[in-house]
This record gives sequence, structure tokens and C-alpha cells, in this order.
Amino acid sequence: MPNYKMSLLCCGGTGCRASESVRIVERLREEIAAAGMDNDVQVVVTGCFGFCEQGPIVKVIPDNTFYTNVKPEDAEEIVKEHVVKGRKVTRLLYEDPDTQKHISDSKHMGFYQKQLRIALRNCGFINPENIDEYIARDGYEALAKVLQGTPQEAIETVKKSGLRGRGGGGFPTGLKWEIASKSPGKEKYVVCNADEGDPGAFMDRSILESDPNSVIEAMAICGYCIGASKGLVYIRAEYPLAVKRLQIAMKQARDYGLLGDDILGSGFKFDIEIRYGAGAFVCGEETALIHSMEGKRGEPTVKPPFPAVSGYLGKPTNVNNVETFANIPVIFLKGPEWFASIGTEKSKGTKVFALAGKINNVGLIEVPMGTTLREVIYDIGGGIKGGKEFKAVQTGGPSGGCLTKKHLDTPIDYDNLTAAGSMMGSGGMIVMDEDDCMVSVAKFYLQFTVDESCGKCAPCRIGNKRLEEILDKITKGKGTMEDLDYLKNLSKVIKDTALCGLGQTSPNPVLSTIDNFYDEYVAHIVDKRCPAHKCRALRVYAIDPDRCKGCTACARACPAGAIKGEVKQAHVIDTEKCIRCGACLEKCKFNAVTVQ
Amino acid sequence: MDKIKLTIDNREVEVENGTTIFQAARQMGIDIPALCYMKLDNLGVENRPGGCRICVVEVEGRRNLAPSCSTVCTPGMVVHTHTMRVINARRTVLELILSDHPKDCLICPKNGRCELQDLAARLGIREIHSVENAAVSTYKKDTSPSLKRDMDKCVMCRRCETMCNDVQSVGALSAVNRGFMAVVAPAFEQRLVDSNCTFCGQCVAVCPTGALTEVDNTGKIIQALMDPTKKVIVQTAPAVRAALGEEFGMEPGTLVTGKMVAALRRLGFDEVFDTDFAADLTIMEEGSELLDRLGRYLQGDKSVKLPILTSCCPAWVNFFEHNYPDMLDVPSSAKSPQQMFGAIAKSYFAEKIGVDRKDLVVVSVMPCLAKKYECQRDEFKVDGNPDVDYSISTRELASLIKSANIDFLSLPDEDFDAPLGESTGAAVIFGATGGVIEAAVRTAYELYTGKKLDRIDFNELRGLEGIRHATIDFNGLPVNIGIAHTLGNARKLLDGIRAGMYNFHAIEIMACPGGCIGGAGQPFHHGDSSVIKARMDAIYREDAGKALRKSHENPYIIKLYEEFLGKPLSEKAHHLLHTHYFDKHD
Repeated sequence: MPNYKMSLLCCGGTGCRASESVRIVERLREEIAAAGMDNDVQVVVTGCFGFCEQGPIVKVIPDNTFYTNVKPEDAEEIVKEHVVKGRKVTRLLYEDPDTQKHISDSKHMGFYQKQLRIALRNCGFINPENIDEYIARDGYEALAKVLQGTPQEAIETVKKSGLRGRGGGGFPTGLKWEIASKSPGKEKYVVCNADEGDPGAFMDRSILESDPNSVIEAMAICGYCIGASKGLVYIRAEYPLAVKRLQIAMKQARDYGLLGDDILGSGFKFDIEIRYGAGAFVCGEETALIHSMEGKRGEPTVKPPFPAVSGYLGKPTNVNNVETFANIPVIFLKGPEWFASIGTEKSKGTKVFALAGKINNVGLIEVPMGTTLREVIYDIGGGIKGGKEFKAVQTGGPSGGCLTKKHLDTPIDYDNLTAAGSMMGSGGMIVMDEDDCMVSVAKFYLQFTVDESCGKCAPCRIGNKRLEEILDKITKGKGTMEDLDYLKNLSKVIKDTALCGLGQTSPNPVLSTIDNFYDEYVAHIVDKRCPAHKCRALRVYAIDPDRCKGCTACARACPAGAIKGEVKQAHVIDTEKCIRCGACLEKCKFNAVTVQ
Repeated sequence: MDKIKLTIDNREVEVENGTTIFQAARQMGIDIPALCYMKLDNLGVENRPGGCRICVVEVEGRRNLAPSCSTVCTPGMVVHTHTMRVINARRTVLELILSDHPKDCLICPKNGRCELQDLAARLGIREIHSVENAAVSTYKKDTSPSLKRDMDKCVMCRRCETMCNDVQSVGALSAVNRGFMAVVAPAFEQRLVDSNCTFCGQCVAVCPTGALTEVDNTGKIIQALMDPTKKVIVQTAPAVRAALGEEFGMEPGTLVTGKMVAALRRLGFDEVFDTDFAADLTIMEEGSELLDRLGRYLQGDKSVKLPILTSCCPAWVNFFEHNYPDMLDVPSSAKSPQQMFGAIAKSYFAEKIGVDRKDLVVVSVMPCLAKKYECQRDEFKVDGNPDVDYSISTRELASLIKSANIDFLSLPDEDFDAPLGESTGAAVIFGATGGVIEAAVRTAYELYTGKKLDRIDFNELRGLEGIRHATIDFNGLPVNIGIAHTLGNARKLLDGIRAGMYNFHAIEIMACPGGCIGGAGQPFHHGDSSVIKARMDAIYREDAGKALRKSHENPYIIKLYEEFLGKPLSEKAHHLLHTHYFDKHD
């Protein structure tokens, strides 16, 4: 094996691949070959670095230079300058938005400074398609350790760590394992829930694309603990790269005897199969997921019985999500006490969030539980895009709530988010600014849950549709204050009566926006006005007579013939005829068209 | 079993461990409303998807409301079934369901018998909070020879799915689509006729609303009755007389044979005959076929197909045509009693009275919806003219009686007409699971052994157990009998035979729970399976009260063979009374 003096790590995550990172890798390799340095310098395709806003990323080891926004045509310069001559390509370095200084090493960037990467520990560091690189970073040591002790000891370790399910429910993982282990039955199953469905969330995909072995190792540990010899990964078929890397990792693990009949000579038998999901959001709910794997309709059933007692094919089944599993090996390597020392009283460890929306640093981050929203949004996220004002952050995916300025200093953990009317969910975090209309935001999320409801229980099937319809009515200026009361009552009833987690949380965006942005609802209903000017039906276009030059551009552009006026005279919009398309606003060169 | 104590509505109750809140409440006289939940106690059928959320209750210490139908009691649990929170939730959810349901109750086939309508009345819903232009889910209507689907009225209770999949193992119906458009339908939203539906109609029997109903033939009957050029005769199946009274408010299990005959006569039928006559005929043919196969088998003929399977039930025939096409030569080739009656009516009887078969209209009153399909099968037509023109259900007959200004309760008891109205007790018990095979045994025993039976009641063949078996001693020859009711049990039995688990000589299969008395054309049981039990008791009561209780003793049957058919399994009998089956496997 050649001993490389330098490594160029290039992100091979889905986002960066979409920005031609595959081509960057090819170009870098060509340039290195042309420079005759193939024996000294290698190009490694890694998983996601998390800093997607600045991708594609190329990181140079050993000097930790972190190149951002790299294009295939930059490869030549990186090799000729940095690799050959040792001179950094300054124009590709990250520029600190506050100081405008170039930062070379990622650990000095605000985006990374407050992060603590446990689940994402190997993401961006290793080649996910080479198990040796995982093993080199202590991979499978935890499994070896566990196999030397009893299952009960290992369960105790997980319990002691305080790890809670990262898929959204927050159920204590060790306790879940214990229940499954105590559940009678010869045949048991370990299921990895990789049916990540929250819009904008991609932490599970990223882990599977960047570090699939951590999940395989954890599933084997879980199998040993509960007495299962079979693991199933339920993964969205829309994640082809994650599937491919998982398959490669599984094959390599089998070749190394880390999966199979006699793992590490211990006599413990465990193997994994992949099951594909067709992309139904509700199949993230564990009973629905299990039914989908069984070939039945993907819809939840009443619990109890819990999967730990009667799950896949009626056998005791332990379901954990990808991120939960990714935490497991570290707990055994560094000890449960170490893990439990991170986080808040009831929420231990870290949480991965997919930071998105109107924020400067879009990407995947991992922070200790207890980090405040302010730290996440401003320190890591780099604040709001375009210097606009922060308005709200929606956490927990489509069923989460919208939190406001008053929540910015809330330490993030399961209980605080729930108390604030939102939830942890699987870790979506969408930031909104002053231009976002909160009624429209609530409607948007309801449209999602209406589409994704399985239709089994009446409150979710019909209730969410009605919520959406009322919200639509309000955004069209046709709502009444009675509608607002009904909206609240209906939301509460749906939460109170729906069968599964989807319906029990789907009204959160409605209730939280009513609670936190009541005035905005009233403005839509009473004043027939959308403060953020987002609701088209409520926009009022007008022409400022002082600014209008009478150029007639707007009148010619208006498809409804709603603008009248003589040449070189101020024009007027007939609001009755106006269809609020905004064509006049676009055409006007004198900023004379205003929107209310 | 352990007992546990809990409190419901401030009263303590002790229940068996594993009892649901819904059941516990019932035990103490608290009747929690429900819509999707349905349990047929003595048939082992339960539908508990927890989908309608009408039965929710408040459980202290629980974050959200609990569906009482599927929440098991725990010790010390404190439950409230009637708090403001519960009332509000229940009404709001019901309003939601109603908001996506057509409001054409007045002209709905389920008007007055709809569980959703009852629930709305019970909860006193007077208005529905509605959004202008609120969406309603609409679907393509589907009609088959037996069943109609109007899924705009589906409330996703999933009862039909439970019957079709769990009970019948047919699998024609399942939930399709997502969210607001979710509905129960055949795969790819095929039409029922293109699916593997057997038309057993058990989906109709349990549908709480008007989403699934039977094809209504009452209009055609009235037209035929009013047509002076037609001679219209009627046959009534054994199970009808044990259930028709329910439609007029009589206790389940009340036998109304005489009133039924009187009503049919007042409706204007020219002759009121009995399918029971044809049931006796069926026994002659099927019993002889059993003896024939058994005899050849005992003589070492290995080509003989045993066990012989009954073929009276049209849904069962459809089922094996779809699912067991390799076994088409195993069931008896004897037609069902309905079709035997039709064949004899339009040959023997038509000749006797000198009426052309085209001018003779044969109507059947059946507890069954598959019979509507059966009488339309091509092999049961002569030059396009069906042996049985129209089949109506018990419910449709009640509706005809009501619409014809007949006060059913005050009718006198009248007798069937001769010659196709005479029957024995053996024919009556066709209506209950095990009855056909018991009737066959009564005749086959006597024909085989040449001896008189000491006892006529074969209690070992009776009951509601899903799969039953018994060995009957035919004078030293042990004859192994198997019985299954519901198609799911039939499948188990057949798969067991294929796997070599059983060694039966004869098997009776009925598609509906309890046999024809639980047929899909019977008055709705609304989830109360004691109704089916009561009808069963009535059937056996009728049998016990009959002077003649063995099919081969029916004097008109004897006469029919003498005058017309020759003997059982004769060429003429084969031509008129036997059929063949088709491979309908996709």
C-alpha cells in the first residue's frame, strides 16, 4: 500500500456531486498524474462535510486547507500551486463574513467551531467505500468489545449513556433494547429506519453516504444485545448513493467476518438485508415501516403492541433510526459517562440538524444538546441571508412548530422544544425571515401532511385537509375570526385523536403560528392584508403618481388591462381588474409601482 | 385468567386481563359509540383498525385521547367516557367524517339502516362546520351483477377489507390511495368483475354506510309481476324464512315461513315454490355422486377424486374457480339448489303447465348476493334465456312487501304450492353451516346401507366452529366429513388437503359465516353475531318439526324421478342438474 504524503479529500455527498464533484475528482487525479505525483498524493472521495452552502469542498491533508466552492476548472490550480509548490489557492479559501479574512483551516470557521461531531465523526474524513478507513478510525472496535461481554452489560452501557431515539420520538434507546431483549421469542429483528422524509433533512442519508459502517456496526451490537441474528435497513429508494455505499460496506464487512455466521470468532451470527421504501413519509413511523417491509400497505397500527413485542412478521423487533445507531459505537469506545456528560439533564449527547432556509450557512451540523437556537442560527448558521431580520425557525420537520425571537435563547433538547410547541423531530431546521408569511408557511406544511397522510384515521385524513382549506381561505382574504377559532379547535382535536405521530403533530405549524403570530392571522382576516406581502390575493398594487413618468410600460405589460393613463401622465391601477400578477412591478423602471 | 380493577366514569369495575376499555365499559352498561369497530363474537371475526376515532375516551395520565376499542385496560386505570374534551373530540371527528360524506340520505339504499346516520342522530349533530367549496372525495362508481360500490360513501372503517382479506382470504379489497383520497378498492382500482371477487357480499353485510350495497332487482320483479303475458313463479331459500321477520321488527330467530308464503302470494306470484324442494333434489344427485365416487374408490379406482366438495354455494364456486383451478374436477358437479330449481321449473314444470320458458319468469329469494351472479352465468341459460331470471335478497323481498302495502305482521300462515313447494327437514338445514352435509349423510347412509337411520340429528356436524370434522359410521365404513364456513377456512381446509393433512371423503363449504343464515342478503346484523346464532337455532327447529326429514323421502322428488328424470345421475339428470367449472385464475 503506498504511503501517501498528501491527501485531497473531495466531497462525494449528493449535494456536491450535483455540483460536479465527480468531475473535480477526475480533474484532480489527471493533474496529479500529469505532475507525476500519483504515488505521493491521493484523491479520496469522502462523504458530506456538512458545509453544503460552500460546496463542493476539497480538503487538503495534512495541512487541513479547506477549499470551498471548487469547480472542475480549479483542479489545475490546486494541484499546480498547492500540491506542487505548497502555495495555497487563496481565492478558494473561505472568507469570514464578519472580518472578510480568509480562513484556511475549517476548525477556525464559525460554522464548525461550535459543533461537536459524534454521529458525523467520520463524515468527510474517510472514504465510505473502503472499510479499512473506518477500521483505521477505531471502527468495529466497539463491536469487538461488546462481544466480549454479555448482552445485558452492553444494554446497561447504552442505558447509562442516556441516548434517546434521534428519529423524533426521543424514546430512551437502552430501554428500547432492553424491552426487545426481554421479549420472548427465538427470532428477533433489528431494523434501521432510514426512511428519512422530512423536507430538507438529509442527516441520515449523509451518514449512510459518508460512514455506512458505523450503522452496520451499531446494528450488529444491537442484534447481539436483543438476541437477533437478522438486521433490516429500510431505506428510501430515492437514496441510490446511500444504498450503493451501504451495499459496498455490507459486502466488505462480510468479507472481513464482521457480518455473517461467526462474527470475530465469537459465535455470534448477524447479517443485514436492505428493504426499499417507496418514499411515503408515514413509513418513518415504526409500525407503518414494519408493515411496508412486510409487503403490506404502509400505514400505522395502534400501539401497543409495540414492535419490541410484536414487530416484523409478528416477531420482537427493535427499530432505531440511522443517527441513533451512528452514536452507538462511540458510546462504547469513549464510555457512557463521557456521552452522558454532553448535553442537558434529560437529553444527552449531540443532535444533527439540517440547517436550511434564509440562513447564510446552509448545511448539516451537529451540536451538543443544550446549544441555543441563537448559537445555531447566528454562530454556526452565520445569521440571516441578506442581512434581513430573523422571524422564525421551524424545527422538527413538517410537523414541527415555528419558534420565534423569544425562543432564541432556549437550549435545544427534546423537552424544551416540545414545551415551546415544537419538537425535535428528526432534526430539520428551517429559518425564516421577515419576508415569510406565517399563514402561508403553516399552509405549506399542511399541504405536505395532507399529501403524506396515509388516510387511515379520520382526523388526519379529513381534518388536515380541512385545516389546509381554512388556511387557504385565510390567505385569500376570505377568512373569518370564527374560522380562526375553528382552526384552533380542530388542530387540538386532531392532535388529541389522530392514530399516529403524523396526525398527532401535523397541526403544530398551525397552532404555533397562531400562538406566536396571532396578529398576522388577524391582519389577513380583518385587514385583508398580508404583512409579508406573500399572499397574492391580498396584494394591492398601486402606482406612485410622483414617481410615475407615464412611460406606459406597465400598461402595456398588464395582461388584465387594469392600468390606465395617458402618455407622460401618471398611470392608475384599477384594483378591481388587477389580477395581482406583478407584471407592472417588474416592468417599471422608476420604482413607481408599490405593493401593499 | 387474572382479573384487574379499573375505574370508568367514577365507577370501579373488575374485568379480565386483556379486556379493552370499550368492552369493560359495555360490561358496566356504558355504551361507547363506535363506527369502524366490529366484533362477531362467536365467529371469531374482529375489525379493530382504530381508524374512526369515534370511540375515544380520556385516560388519566395519558397525553392524548385513547381509542377505547383498541386500548387494553390496565390495573388502576382511570377512564372518562363523557367529558367535555371527549364530547368535543367525538363530535368534531364525526363532523369531519360527515363533511366528506354525501348528504343524499333520503335516497340512499342504506337510508334508515346506516350506522353513520344512526351515529349522527345519536350524537345530535345538527350542523357541520364547513369551509366554502370544501373538498369531497369522489370515486368512480362500480357495478357488478351482485354488488354496487359507491365509494363516495366510504368512511374507511375497513370492515369490508377485514371480511375480504382476513375472513374470506379473497383479497379483492384493500385500502388504496393516500390521505384524503384513501379508499377501499380492488387493486389498481379495477372493477369488481375484473378482480377475483367471489361476490360473497360479506363486504356489503358489514358496510356501515351505503358505500357497498347489493344490486337492487325489485323494480324488475314488480315489472314482471305486473306483466299479464308472463307467468311469474318464485322460489325461496331455506335461510330466508329464518331471517325475514327481522325486517319487520320481529325477534331474530323467528320463523316466518307461512307469512312469507302469504306475502309472496299477495305480491302476485303465480306459484310460490320452495328452493328446499330443489335442495332435496340436490341431495339426491350430490349424495348419489358421493356414493358413486366412494364405491369406485373402495373398489380400487385410483382416478376417483375424493373428497367430494359441495357446490351449492356460488361464492365458493367462484372462489375455487379463481384460486384452485387445478382442482376443478374435485367438487360435485351438482348445480346449486337455486339453479336446479330453475332448470326443473323451465323444463318439467313449464311442460306440465304448457308455458313456453320465455314466458315463465323464475324469481329466487336468497339470503345471498352471489346468487345474483350465479343466475347470470352463461351455462345456466338456454338460448340466452336464464333458468332463473332474477335473484333478490331477503332484504329486497322485505322492501317489496313493504312497498306493496302488505302488513306483514298480520298475515296468516299459508303453505307453498305443489309440486315444487314440498320439502323435507333435510332441505331446511341447508341454510346453516354443516346442514348440506348432514342432509347428504341422512340420504347417503340410507341409500348405502339400505338401513333406516336410528337418529336423524347429527349434532357432531353442527355448530359455529370455523372448521369441523367428524367421522360417520356407514355400517362399518367410516366416512370422514369435513366442514368449513367462510372462504378463509375453506382455504385452510383445501391447503391442508393438498398438503396431505386430512383424509376426508366429503366436505361441505359455505362462504358466509354461519352458512347461508349469515349470508350477505340477510337483514343486517350490525355486528351482533347472536343474530346469526338465533337464525341457526330456528333452522334446526324447523327441521325438527318436519314430518319428513330425509330428502329421498320427499314424495314429489320421488315423483319427479319417476315422471321425468329417471334416476339420480341419469343422462337427463346430468343434462339438467349438473354443471362444470371454469379456470378463472389470472
